[in-house]
Amino acid sequence: MFSKASNFVYGVDSAFLIITGISVFFLVVLTALMIYFVIKYNRKNGKPAQQIKDNMALEITWIAIPMIIVLYMFYIGWKGFIPMRVVPEDAIEITAEGSMWKFKFEYPGNKIADTLVVPIDRSILINLKSVDVLHGFSVPAFRIKEDMVPNKPNYSWFTAGELGDYDIYCTVYCGLNHSNMLGVIRVVTQQEYDKWLLTLHEKLKDSPQGMKILEKNGCIACHSLDGSKVVGPSFKGIYGSKRKVSTSGSEREITVDDAYITKSIVDPGADVVVGYPAGLMQPYKSLSESDLKLINEYLKGLK
Amino acid sequence: MSNVSANSEYVSYLDHHGKYKGIMSWIMATDHKRIALLYMYSIMTFFIIGVVLGIMMKLEMLTPGETIMKAKMYNSVFTLHGILMIFMVVIPGLSAVFGNFFLPIHIGAKDVSFPKLNRFSWWIFVVGSIMAVLSQVLKDGPPDTGWTFYAPYSTTTSSNVIMATAAAFVLGFSSILTGLNFIVTIHQLRAPGMKFFNMPLFPWALYATAWIQLLATPVIGITLLMLIAERAFHIGFFDPALGGDPLLFQHLFWIYSHPAVYVMMLPAMGVITEIIPTFCQRQIYGYKAVAVSSLAIAGVGFLVWGHHMYTSGMSDTARWFFSLLTFIVAVPSAIKVFNWITTMYKGSIDVKPPFLYALAFIFLFIIGGTTGLLLGSVATNVQVHDTAFVVAHFHYIIFGGMGFAFFAAIHYWLPKMYGRMYDFKMANIGLVINFIGFNLLYFPQFVIGIQGMPRRYFDYPAKFQPAQLVSSIGGFILVTGLIIMIYTLVKGARKGAPAPANPWRGSTLEWQIPSPPSVENFDEEPVIKENPYDYK
Repeated sequence: MFSKASNFVYGVDSAFLIITGISVFFLVVLTALMIYFVIKYNRKNGKPAQQIKDNMALEITWIAIPMIIVLYMFYIGWKGFIPMRVVPEDAIEITAEGSMWKFKFEYPGNKIADTLVVPIDRSILINLKSVDVLHGFSVPAFRIKEDMVPNKPNYSWFTAGELGDYDIYCTVYCGLNHSNMLGVIRVVTQQEYDKWLLTLHEKLKDSPQGMKILEKNGCIACHSLDGSKVVGPSFKGIYGSKRKVSTSGSEREITVDDAYITKSIVDPGADVVVGYPAGLMQPYKSLSESDLKLINEYLKGLK
Repeated sequence: MSNVSANSEYVSYLDHHGKYKGIMSWIMATDHKRIALLYMYSIMTFFIIGVVLGIMMKLEMLTPGETIMKAKMYNSVFTLHGILMIFMVVIPGLSAVFGNFFLPIHIGAKDVSFPKLNRFSWWIFVVGSIMAVLSQVLKDGPPDTGWTFYAPYSTTTSSNVIMATAAAFVLGFSSILTGLNFIVTIHQLRAPGMKFFNMPLFPWALYATAWIQLLATPVIGITLLMLIAERAFHIGFFDPALGGDPLLFQHLFWIYSHPAVYVMMLPAMGVITEIIPTFCQRQIYGYKAVAVSSLAIAGVGFLVWGHHMYTSGMSDTARWFFSLLTFIVAVPSAIKVFNWITTMYKGSIDVKPPFLYALAFIFLFIIGGTTGLLLGSVATNVQVHDTAFVVAHFHYIIFGGMGFAFFAAIHYWLPKMYGRMYDFKMANIGLVINFIGFNLLYFPQFVIGIQGMPRRYFDYPAKFQPAQLVSSIGGFILVTGLIIMIYTLVKGARKGAPAPANPWRGSTLEWQIPSPPSVENFDEEPVIKENPYDYK
């Protein structure tokens, strides 16, 4: 009756069933009692109320029994949880990085992927990290969820038991496009996995400094590098191009240069490219002048 | 509006305006009963705004993607809904309204210990509320952090976080001062002959609540100041980029905000503990157990905050500890439920609207409480944490619990507060619609939460749409019920038939004085019974 999607389904779901079962039992019995009393002891029946003295033994019983029940619930919950923190030594280590608003996966050998592809029946350790704000790494089908905290390493692990695609959700609110921060885990056979690994590109060892700054500030979540339209205009070929912008309601044409890019970072609402919504981007006032220079340098080269 | 009383000196508090006339006789009032009404009118106003925001979210959730608003607006709407409902409605809610009105009367006092401080607390509440409204309209745009203000998003977003947190900071003082006032009142102003264990159980609940307000609220005050300092002066408390620790914010935030849930719930339990004996004409079963369980909940409730943070990367030892204590704090709540239901046994049950609301409360509270067990258990928490399941659980506790207790309280005490009675049939119709709408609205959220639907999602996968649709329909039904309920109550308070002093045959002191009470509550020295629930 339990899915085999991951090795944690059984522990979590059995705790879930037991706690829910006991809860439903109490809900039904107590509700039935209330309804029964309301009918049986209704004032319309004309019987006067009987004052009943407190009974110490009864009182202690219904302190003791719930206490035992909740301690049992605590125990099965803890038992289902412990394995989630004990990672087998032979686990394949993959790093998941959250940034506004996407997941990125780093495989051994400095390789980067957008989809988390894993082999079936192997232990997978996911190191969790965030480059900007808090994010959540949640795979409901696997019954795993841990937060991605900037500057504080966290982890999760699992062994997938069934082939297929599973949803990853960001579960810690992270701003504008929080609900678009989705990902996919693809469980494949070992052979397919090995083949897929070979197709992965190696991450540029030294991405240009300007690029690093863009990544660190989450710019490329909204501004693509390949010309595709995400939330804001793509960075590709933007430098030196002519754009129609709206300045306090009136349209004019400008050429994208250092001054325009800098202004758009510090005060994004000043000149908004026509066709894009105003007010979505926050001003990034904390960037230093040298950072801004490096960004401009980088964008100049991005044809 | 007053009843004609045999006592010629009797002047209803509603007619006695003191030194000031008109609206000033309210704003400058120090009478605990007038202050209670001031809180009630302001809280009801914010509640209605909060409901409108809630319905906007339900409309947005009708279809995946954009339905009526964009993501940025949705994020601001759920943030404002949370701030309004938590800080301006449910935290002050029962203790500021019914606590202010009935605590002094329940213990045979003429007022609270510090009436001017009480007035000042309401003024602070109004100032804080105005600041919260300002945070929505000022230049930088409404805050979009969620009511939890989690760092480092809250320290870096461009929206108006400083004003919103400053508002919550100011509102906190209103809560602290009310708590202080109630503690002193209970210690000093009990009528001669009324020992602690002769008090009704509503004052007991308020006493436990007041200690939480007094001790826990300063923590959120400091936390919000730190957040403001970080935003304004770049002092690195929470943002790792400045050398801070985001988990520190979560710890500090929940050290207050978890006990705050008991600030909402304990008075609600107190209200139910008053209503059930009255309508069953039976003394409360297990008086001492119910009284002490309030203190136990308040005490242990201080030590369970970490169950909001199981997945935050906190140490495993901490997860173990917080889970154990979370399960233990469930027991005193269960004791209360058992005692309420046993009180009905062999009673003479009069099924009137306040009692029906109390029954609805117990049912919804059991669902809210037991789903809390699934969140408190570490293994199952991993599955449902930060999903719609939490949203459903929280609303079952806070709306189904505190909200329905508030509705029960207003149906119970309205004849005493205004000296007039509402229409029972209309009240029952409102109740049934509220109950159906409520369950349709929130129950589907449990289901999609278990399936993985995260909370605070503007957009969602299409597979969740049927449940979202049912939930939205429930929202519209609930609003219909609320409109009927409020209409019935307002009509009753203004034009209802004059209510007798004791319409429900209650045994506590408020039912021994005229409806509405006179300015000083007791024109004659009240007779203190050893057992406040003596129906013989």
